[in-house]
Amino acid sequence: MLDCGLDMTSTLNFLPLPLVQNPRLSNLPGWSLKDGNAFLDKELKECSGHVFVDSVPEFCLPETELIDLSTVDVILISNYHCMMALPYITEHTGFTGTVYATEPTVQIGRLLMEELVNFIERVPKAQSASLWKNKDTQRLLPSPLKDAVEVSTWRRCYTMQEVNSALSKIQLVGYSQKIELFGAVQVTPLSSGYALGSSNWIIQSHYEKVSYVSGSSLLTTHPQFSVVFQPMDQASLKNSDVLILTGLTQIPTANPDGMVGEFCSNLALTVRNGGNVLVPCYPSGVIYDLLECLYQYIDSAGLSSIPFYFISPVANSSLEFSQIFAEWLCHNKQTKVYLPEPPFPHAELIQTNKLKHYPSIHGDFSNDFRQPCVVFTGHPSLRFGDVVHFMELWGKSSLNTVIFTEPDFSYLEALAPYQPLAMKCIYCPIDTRLNFIQVSKLLKEVQPLHVVCPEQYTQPPPAQSHRVDLMIDCQPPAMSYRRAEVLALPFRRRYEKIEIMPELADSLVPMEIKPGISLATVSAVLHTKDNKHVLQVPPRGGWGPPPRPAQPTGGKKRKRPSDDIPDCKVLKPLLSGSIPVEQFVQTLEKHGFSDIKVEDTAKGHIVLLQEAETLIQIEEDSTHIICDNDEVLRVRLRDLVLKFLQKF
Amino acid sequence: MDPECSRLLPALCAVLVDPRQPVADDTCLEKLLDWFKTVTEAGPSLLLLQENPCLVELLFRVLKAHDPRPRVLSFSLRLAGLFAAQEDCFQYLQGDSSLFVASAAGQLLVHILALAMRGPAEGHPSPQGCDWPACAQKIVCHVEDSLRSTATPQVTQALNVLTTTFGHCHSPWTQGLWVRLSPLVACLLEKDPIPASHSLVDLLLSVARSPVGSSDCGLWETLAQTLSHLSPTQAGPLALGILKLQDCPQALKTQAFGVLLQPLACVLKAAAQAPGPPGFPEGATGDSITVDTFLSSKSACVGLLCQALAHLELLQLLPQRPSPWPQAPLLRAAVAILRFCHGSAAPTSDVGGHLCAVLAGCVRVQRAALDFLGTLSQGTGPQELVTQVFAVLLEYLTSPDSSPMVLKKAFQATLRWLLGSPKAPSCCDLDPHTQLFLGELLPVLRKRLCSPCWEARDSGLEFLTQVTRHWGGQAAFRHALLASEVPELTGQLLRDPESYVRASAVTATGQLSSWGLYATPTGPEHPEVQQESLFTELLHILSTDSEGFPRRAVMHVFTQWLKDGHADVAEDLEQFVARVLQAASQDLDWEVRAQGLELALVFLEQLLGQPGSRCPYAVALPEAAPPATLAQVLQALCRVQLFEFALRALFDCDRPVAQKSCDLLLFLKAKATPCGGPQEAGASPDVVSVEAALQRWQAGEQGQPLGELEPEAVMAVLRSMDLEGLRGMLAKSSDHMEKSPQSLLQDMLATVGVLGENEADCY
Repeated sequence: MLDCGLDMTSTLNFLPLPLVQNPRLSNLPGWSLKDGNAFLDKELKECSGHVFVDSVPEFCLPETELIDLSTVDVILISNYHCMMALPYITEHTGFTGTVYATEPTVQIGRLLMEELVNFIERVPKAQSASLWKNKDTQRLLPSPLKDAVEVSTWRRCYTMQEVNSALSKIQLVGYSQKIELFGAVQVTPLSSGYALGSSNWIIQSHYEKVSYVSGSSLLTTHPQFSVVFQPMDQASLKNSDVLILTGLTQIPTANPDGMVGEFCSNLALTVRNGGNVLVPCYPSGVIYDLLECLYQYIDSAGLSSIPFYFISPVANSSLEFSQIFAEWLCHNKQTKVYLPEPPFPHAELIQTNKLKHYPSIHGDFSNDFRQPCVVFTGHPSLRFGDVVHFMELWGKSSLNTVIFTEPDFSYLEALAPYQPLAMKCIYCPIDTRLNFIQVSKLLKEVQPLHVVCPEQYTQPPPAQSHRVDLMIDCQPPAMSYRRAEVLALPFRRRYEKIEIMPELADSLVPMEIKPGISLATVSAVLHTKDNKHVLQVPPRGGWGPPPRPAQPTGGKKRKRPSDDIPDCKVLKPLLSGSIPVEQFVQTLEKHGFSDIKVEDTAKGHIVLLQEAETLIQIEEDSTHIICDNDEVLRVRLRDLVLKFLQKF
Repeated sequence: MDPECSRLLPALCAVLVDPRQPVADDTCLEKLLDWFKTVTEAGPSLLLLQENPCLVELLFRVLKAHDPRPRVLSFSLRLAGLFAAQEDCFQYLQGDSSLFVASAAGQLLVHILALAMRGPAEGHPSPQGCDWPACAQKIVCHVEDSLRSTATPQVTQALNVLTTTFGHCHSPWTQGLWVRLSPLVACLLEKDPIPASHSLVDLLLSVARSPVGSSDCGLWETLAQTLSHLSPTQAGPLALGILKLQDCPQALKTQAFGVLLQPLACVLKAAAQAPGPPGFPEGATGDSITVDTFLSSKSACVGLLCQALAHLELLQLLPQRPSPWPQAPLLRAAVAILRFCHGSAAPTSDVGGHLCAVLAGCVRVQRAALDFLGTLSQGTGPQELVTQVFAVLLEYLTSPDSSPMVLKKAFQATLRWLLGSPKAPSCCDLDPHTQLFLGELLPVLRKRLCSPCWEARDSGLEFLTQVTRHWGGQAAFRHALLASEVPELTGQLLRDPESYVRASAVTATGQLSSWGLYATPTGPEHPEVQQESLFTELLHILSTDSEGFPRRAVMHVFTQWLKDGHADVAEDLEQFVARVLQAASQDLDWEVRAQGLELALVFLEQLLGQPGSRCPYAVALPEAAPPATLAQVLQALCRVQLFEFALRALFDCDRPVAQKSCDLLLFLKAKATPCGGPQEAGASPDVVSVEAALQRWQAGEQGQPLGELEPEAVMAVLRSMDLEGLRGMLAKSSDHMEKSPQSLLQDMLATVGVLGENEADCY
């Protein structure tokens, strides 16, 4: 299984979970059907012209119907955003396999899960809505609830216990480490340049190679994005039979550089006017790019006195982690780990008291809180986490601004339950993953035989149907797939590698049949275990039948492994070469045959010995001697034929 | 030739003819030729050759050599040409791989041909050439053979020789030459691909510009034919060349203009949602060849578009540009291209879709199109189109994806369109459309001034400076600007970490302040508070900024303020000048010191009542007051310590500063002398001490101050100094010693180690 992501857009259908008692959200009118039927009014509430589910938010799980997940042996994780559904799979499907991921992926993934669990558990909600999920009922609901897919599979958030159990099933791996999977294939994680510990995977056998490229970034030489991680390893992706490509940028028209510029400018303008800036974000990832950029920017923009707050239950751990994973950073940052200067500049922001971090709005934060300020906090869906509080607090003033930088959620949908809103909303999605120009360069460089990708990447975005530059353009055209589609990858396993034991190899006598090509016959026992094949020296007895093991004296006759070895017959030599017809006829004549006639056939020749009423049919790969019950004559002729062939 | 050079020359000639010796680079040989040229111009060359037999020997041996080195050969030929061009024709050298040699050989052939055709053949020789001198016949036959060759380099050489011929020789025989060669040239057009198309275009344009062009109608046909045979990219330069010709048939001009318009016509067609308003004149309707070029590859499409835009931009500025000029369709095309590049066009045709994919985000085309759009601001257009222009410019100014260079171009184009926009008829204020646009523009500018990209901040400030310079007096602009946060942000950028931005911020605040626009919202009531603080802030930058650009910018602003009679300056003129000069005198940057002298000169002129250096909106100059007496002027100069500043600058290690100071003091001396100022201060102790200090300064000990100066002492010192002599010495370039021919010869010999005395230098 490649990655294990969680679709969190389902939470947009739910009401936000406020951290403090919120009269507005707790007194919303219930929703009733057009005919006045109000049986759903406990579950569905009307808010700002939209209908929301009033319940603990639920998440949309990976497809579980198509295959039995208990039969999955291995899950490969490419980055910390792509493992959020792991507890659902490892704890509730009978999964007994192994999960492979790099160490930073696991550690930061744990933080993301921990934050999620914390956000939801700290504001317990008694109510769990399920009536609305009934298919007949759902049809009657307004959009987008009506169109939500697979609502019956939506689940509440997992617990910390489940998270811990899931993470314990992960096997840590390092870049370029080769991991044997049951002898059948070897998998290797490669740096993908997107996030701390993010990887692409190579899955290869001796004769086939599949690359899984997910969430990669080439922005390594980019000043804004600071050459944070090890650059994407492209060279190792070469010679792939199939390249599975996913996790491209979600916003192909917005270049990250320009967006960071927008972010900074809008931030400065708001703060300058005495307003506050709210940045809904995850506790790791883009936030580091933003902090690094702000670090360079705040002095030039005259913002040195403005406090920056980072509020997350895992803020402290996140800030610390990013400073210690030296081996996962790019060379430039690696060297800084061993210097007094920290690799990421946010450490300096913290030291100089410009950046302060808190686990939540309660406690120390309320004492230190000073306005105008900039707050980084989750969750980007605006449905839970401390961000809900700030939306309620600052939403009424047009001096304040909320800047959306995470591309995962539609900002309009995220804002829907907060309308009408006076605060300014700026959408600066920052997605450093590959865009289509970079994909095109990558494919030219790597030259896979086939590209497999989601259907969406093979056509222009629906809203910009003329932008044919915003799709994958490669030869042969990419094979696309859609949800729940079963796709046969375009290669067949035709060869297996077989090893020969040294003793056996020693005994071989190769014969050169063409310059550079030698042949040898091998008689051996093929030993196959864990998808590995080895030719071993056959048991004693050489070419003859193997000796029967001594019968056990008394007792029952037991079948033993060696009994399975088939009897080796005395082998006739193998023949090679071709028979030159003219010389063969001359030889026949020399040996007293006369009245010889040669006929050409489609496949070779027929030599007729008319007198002897015998026919020799010579074809490329067979020779038949057809004579009427004259075994002596046949053997004579056979020996003449054999003279022209090589034996070994 | 001086004896020392004569002594060195034989050794150098020996080096040049010796194939084992490395020869100095081409630049040295070029310099040597320049020197010989001045020597031959100065005296009889024959004498020179007699006195320096090594020169004849050099020519003789190089020309006789079996395998001469190309650059020495080229040098020798040109040297021989200098001495005696009329003697003989040299062997053909055109195939040489060295560009220098090939070009020299080509030019030589042309000169020989021209020389041979002078005299007996002058007039109208027959095209067949039977009455041409043998030498000329040989050359023409060679050119003919080359034109028939299948090897492109040979064709190129022949075309280049002919281009030079028609470019330089305007005698009637060239007409015969063209009659004889034009069929061969026409044959080149039949080939596919056309060989040496660049050179062919050059030749045809050279012929068209020569007298042959005005008399031969066959030429126009050839040009027309060539235009239609060449690919759109190759035809562009020819079309532009044709349109630049003074007199050529209108039909040909129309055809040529059509070629330039083709790519834009194609874009218009591809961008059209429905049949739109009339487009380009007939002949420019987006033919299939242009479309094919567009579709062939990204680089071909981008190249063709950029070329067309650049050509049309050049053409628009020419007086002989086609008339009527299709301003409206050109505007539409430029807007369409910019929309394609921005991804905001929504074409329905296949070509449109392709253009969209190719041009999206293409910085090269964006730059070319913005430049072109800027040039189009010289003309007018229907209001609906102008609105589109401003809309697309705003799109570029707003877009986070605009690269810094594109943003700069967008600001420049916007400025040109803004300044070109009509004034409202009723008053001299801005028209309503412009006011509306300003309302949208200023928030964008504000955001750009906050950009983390320093280039964006810099371009924004430059734009602000320019637009304020022109519109600082327009009520609508003033109102909109003061209502925006832009002036405050500009002040903020005086402390930008990037020195270029600080420099631009200095210029911008200086300009805003000149118009009374640099003020906080409370500013207008108490302008003096803000003004004072700006002067202090700029003075602080001048004294402390670690980079030169902001300090230079401050000096320019101060000079401008002084010229304009800026209110804050006028308030205490002497104090202002004294503080600025004091800061400038200690600056390590010579440009700052030189600008200080410029400011001193403006001050001096104003004191002396010199007209013509003042701005029309000067506020409080001493204009109303009668010109001060010289004594008063000198006293004022002493009070602001201008003399100390100027005298110190006189011994500045940077020559431009010393020169400027010298000019200033000479100007003052000239002003003072006829007025009969105090003359009798000859031996006063003041002068002695001043002169002693000056001598120490000249010796490099600049630490000591001059102390209080009396005007009399200053004048006495000025009279006693040989300022004219000093100016003469400073006028000589500082490397006049190093530039001498003797030094050149020594250098060349030193590189090959002939001068033994330099050997030890290696260690």
